[in-house]
Amino acid sequence: MTSWLRHHRDALSTALRRLKDAPLNALLGALVLGIVLALPATGEMLISNFLTLAGLVSTRPQVSVFMVVDAPAGAGAALAETLKQNPAVQEIHFVPRAEALARLKTNEGLAEVIDSLPKNPLPDAFIVTPKNDTPQKLEALKSELAKLPQVAQVQLDSAWVKRLDALLQVGRTALSILALLLGVALLTVSFNTIRLQILTQKDEIEVSRLLGASDDFIRRPFYYAGLIQGLSGGAMAWLLVFGATLALRGPLGTLAAAYNLNLSLQSLPSEETLLLFVVSALLGLAGTWLSVRRFLRD
Amino acid sequence: MIRFEKVSMEYEDDNPVLSDLSFLVPKGSFAVLTGPSGAGKSTLLKLVAALERPDDGRIVVNGQDITALPRATLPYLRRSLGLIFQEKKLLFDRSVFDNVLLPLAIGGEPTRDAARRVRAALDKVGLLAREDDNPAALSGGEQQRLAIARAIVNRPAILLADEPTAGLDAAYSREIVALLSSFHKAGVTVLVATHDEAPFTASESLRLHLEKGRLLP
Repeated sequence: MTSWLRHHRDALSTALRRLKDAPLNALLGALVLGIVLALPATGEMLISNFLTLAGLVSTRPQVSVFMVVDAPAGAGAALAETLKQNPAVQEIHFVPRAEALARLKTNEGLAEVIDSLPKNPLPDAFIVTPKNDTPQKLEALKSELAKLPQVAQVQLDSAWVKRLDALLQVGRTALSILALLLGVALLTVSFNTIRLQILTQKDEIEVSRLLGASDDFIRRPFYYAGLIQGLSGGAMAWLLVFGATLALRGPLGTLAAAYNLNLSLQSLPSEETLLLFVVSALLGLAGTWLSVRRFLRD
Repeated sequence: MIRFEKVSMEYEDDNPVLSDLSFLVPKGSFAVLTGPSGAGKSTLLKLVAALERPDDGRIVVNGQDITALPRATLPYLRRSLGLIFQEKKLLFDRSVFDNVLLPLAIGGEPTRDAARRVRAALDKVGLLAREDDNPAALSGGEQQRLAIARAIVNRPAILLADEPTAGLDAAYSREIVALLSSFHKAGVTVLVATHDEAPFTASESLRLHLEKGRLLP
């Protein structure tokens, strides 16, 4: 084993020994970090489930393309070809003007009115399903289709998409602000925990320095302690979110069933779980770095 | 070998602690640095270990000008020295064995070799049977022997001892001097700072007397 690896093994074992010497402090530290981390993690879990729910209750947005009423014969086929070749279009459905009128006549009270009309006032139309349903892309597609020949009007029913997008945006922004604030709080907690540990080990550090310990030798166990503390906090947060998911699954499932929805609340997806552990580890290390740096500088 | 060339040092209050010191402690000698309290003996030892830096002059230890060494390399210099502190600087949250192990852990010594060397050092100072004890359970003389074991476990070429017999009775003092003499006989250069020169008269090969930061002839 190389000297470098030996130093790291010894530093890890020193960090574990110090944690073992003060198990209650370690546990409480991890619990505080876990609760702080659990707040944004729970928000992320709820947003993730909300997206799933939104997928269940909504249909994809569609664009209605109305042709001019007196379009020449063959114009519909030409427009259909143009639409099919558009890379932003996933599929099209042609609605002939006669079919549109027949559908309109099925509406109660309209049949007589329609029968009294001298001729069919409705145009041929296409229902276009776009490939991308973000509000920006839909608006761009709408403008593009409106410029096509023989097209009188393009109608985009994207209000619900905009509302959902805005709602998610608000949720995510609020979550980011919360995560940032709690991240600073977590950094402070980590900084202070390690600072206390440094003060407890002051004699050992002083003697080690006198005996030829480098700054790296002194830093290393604290970095491992910070990393362990961060990861413990991450694990605690994951458990709290998991517990909250289990507790909420039943009541929310019942609520969703009342709206004919099949919803089973899921805990954090694997990507978010990984992110939670990476962020908690990084915050633990950053707090340690600040604390040790300040101590060694003093 | 330790060489001081026109070394001066003062603390922040502008009081000179050491003034224009020049001397040589040849390799393999047993040097005793005497002088009253406040003469600058401890500061001189700290300068040799680079725990303090001089304001002027040059200090050469084992052929290396340590005043020119960058801060980052000073720990390596300290690892090559054996240091016995006046306050002993033992760690009471671990065993006798682990106290002696610390310099080897700092140096990255492999575990098995380290354990062997710790036991050899404890055997030399007569504390092998106490390796699992806490230093708090040792007498003053035993604690000083433990400090010596920690200082010699790295097999240093130079051993620096600051008041190693302070607070010990005559019998314990003789034990400590005998131990230091045995290391000297094994080829280690020993530099002892003491205000009580009596226990060392039979062992010394060089005497340096310091008063008010100056060496007296």
